Amino acid sequence: MELLSNLELGFSVALSLQNLMYCFIGVLLGTLIGVLPGLGPLATIAMLLPITFGLPPVSALIMLAGIYYGAQYGGSTTAILINLPGESSSVVTAIDGHQMAKQGRAGAALATAALGSFFAGTVATFLLALFAPPLANLALQFGPAEYFSLMVLGLIASVTLASGSIVKALAMIVLGLLLGLSGQDIYTGTPRFTFDVPELADGFDFVAIAMGMFGIGEIIRNLEDEHTRSLVAAKVKSLMLTKEDFKAIIAPVLRGTILGSFLGILPGGGAMLSSFASYSVEKKLSKNPQEFGRGAIAGVAGPESANNAGAQTSFIPMLTLGIPSNPVMALMIGALIIQGITPGPNVVTEKPDLFWGIIASMWIGNAMLVLLNLPLIGVWVKLLTVPYHLLFPAIIAFCCIGVYSVNNNAFDVYSMALFGVLGYALVKLDCEPAPLLLGFVIGPMLEEYLRRAMLISRGDPMVFVTRPISAVLLALAAIALVTVLLPSVQKTREEAFKE
Amino acid sequence: MSFVRNPKDVLSGLLFIALAALFAWQALDLPIGTSNRMGPGYFPMVLSAGLGVLGIVVLFNGLRTQGDAPSSIAWRALIILTSIIVFFGIAMRPLGFMPALAVSVFVSTLASQKFRLSTAIINTVVMTVFCWAVFIKGLGLPLPLLGPWLGGY
Repeated sequence: MELLSNLELGFSVALSLQNLMYCFIGVLLGTLIGVLPGLGPLATIAMLLPITFGLPPVSALIMLAGIYYGAQYGGSTTAILINLPGESSSVVTAIDGHQMAKQGRAGAALATAALGSFFAGTVATFLLALFAPPLANLALQFGPAEYFSLMVLGLIASVTLASGSIVKALAMIVLGLLLGLSGQDIYTGTPRFTFDVPELADGFDFVAIAMGMFGIGEIIRNLEDEHTRSLVAAKVKSLMLTKEDFKAIIAPVLRGTILGSFLGILPGGGAMLSSFASYSVEKKLSKNPQEFGRGAIAGVAGPESANNAGAQTSFIPMLTLGIPSNPVMALMIGALIIQGITPGPNVVTEKPDLFWGIIASMWIGNAMLVLLNLPLIGVWVKLLTVPYHLLFPAIIAFCCIGVYSVNNNAFDVYSMALFGVLGYALVKLDCEPAPLLLGFVIGPMLEEYLRRAMLISRGDPMVFVTRPISAVLLALAAIALVTVLLPSVQKTREEAFKE
Repeated sequence: MSFVRNPKDVLSGLLFIALAALFAWQALDLPIGTSNRMGPGYFPMVLSAGLGVLGIVVLFNGLRTQGDAPSSIAWRALIILTSIIVFFGIAMRPLGFMPALAVSVFVSTLASQKFRLSTAIINTVVMTVFCWAVFIKGLGLPLPLLGPWLGGY
């Protein structure tokens, strides 16, 4: 069995003392920062990105992945205990989780979230191990035209599945693509969009953009209105689940896992979509739908499993195709590139230790999450109630040090400030900054594949429609775009995101 | 301005158009090439045009459909925080890590309306020591603790 020997390789990498330690630190730091109010996974990863630069690539990725699911779990904890979802994927958890907490069942809600996530994580890890290599093999046959079309599909899909105005999201992607082109042109070495700044010869710094938009911009927004936050954490009594609880969560956990695993692979999918979808499925299937919104345990079990499964399987397109399906994966790709690894189908064959090591570490990380969170819940509860005005100067300090230390360069600090202002302005105008980051990472790749495809076809753009795989991918992108622009679909979409 | 129905859309449309113009202007000097052999200016021009068109669509949407004005802006936080980040960048070399950090933390506490001198000082001291322990001792970042202006190296 090739799978078994591969997993064995993976576990031998992930179980090395050093990698276990980085996995642990990642999960711990991720949860620690994720439970702090007002910090979601994106901001957490962006903030901690610089400290992984000094590590070997495998350890860095293992640690980042640990931070990611740690932060995600931390977000669920805040959602349940203080009804303050740190990120969009735990918005749904807050609905019933916080109701449970109010009824004195916070412990049961937290345990459900932890166990559901662990189960979903285990299944998703196996799916990843099973499906990633064949997908990578398929992708090896892709030419530049197929890659170009795949990226277009990914970008379009991420827009159609996001909330808010589609035209604005498209504009944000294009803006991100343009920013991504800054620096030297790969073929001719001509400097582009450098605005005569020598530091921009290599383009805008990825960390500066991510931290500016998701760290600084977010802080300024949180400081707009400081009075609405009344942080009263619910008391956590017993973490034990009763027999009835177990019975009630098995089916939702299974359904959530399947749903999340599937939706996570889709471009633009991932954790948020999975949890929303799971919640509405559970509500529809439930015998007592009126319980939802009043502390239904299925309303925690389903979405929590789904978002963890989705978070895990969204690594599949990232690791096999080198294409980020959501902003968090864009950050991971950024980290890989900084580590000198070009993400793509070659990673599976050329760096099997990295690939399988990350997969194995995901399972270990999920196990650690359960072991870490249930006993440490008391500590997290204390952290939850840290007032924001004491917290944000620390975030500013970390961002400044972090972005400066990447290149020992003051210019990156200035651009972080610039992107902070831009990010804040865009949020004020109801423009999601996340698609911009996706565009920024994909920009250079998209251009390279476009130019290569056109060179091979001698300037004939028909190459994108005459090659079957490419044509199908572009057709899917077109269908996705046309469907969401239909008035009737747009109406239901608005309602769905309001819920 | 009664014809502006959705100020958020109108403003974002204008912002996109302005940025598209900026990028297009910057891309003007770059050789466009042919569709067969694209020059460095080809894709940027296509994207700038795309951004411009999308900006116009957003702008027109804002003139057609009703929407809210942006909520009030946190000027205090915006100005204090951006200037302190820029200060950190400028001060890092001449003043060194510790002073630049301490000043940045202290001034950034002013961005909150809940500023109190005593907590700000405690926060500054705690953060400076903590960052020194984590970044200098723990991660071993090669940053000078005191810059040449303060007798460091």
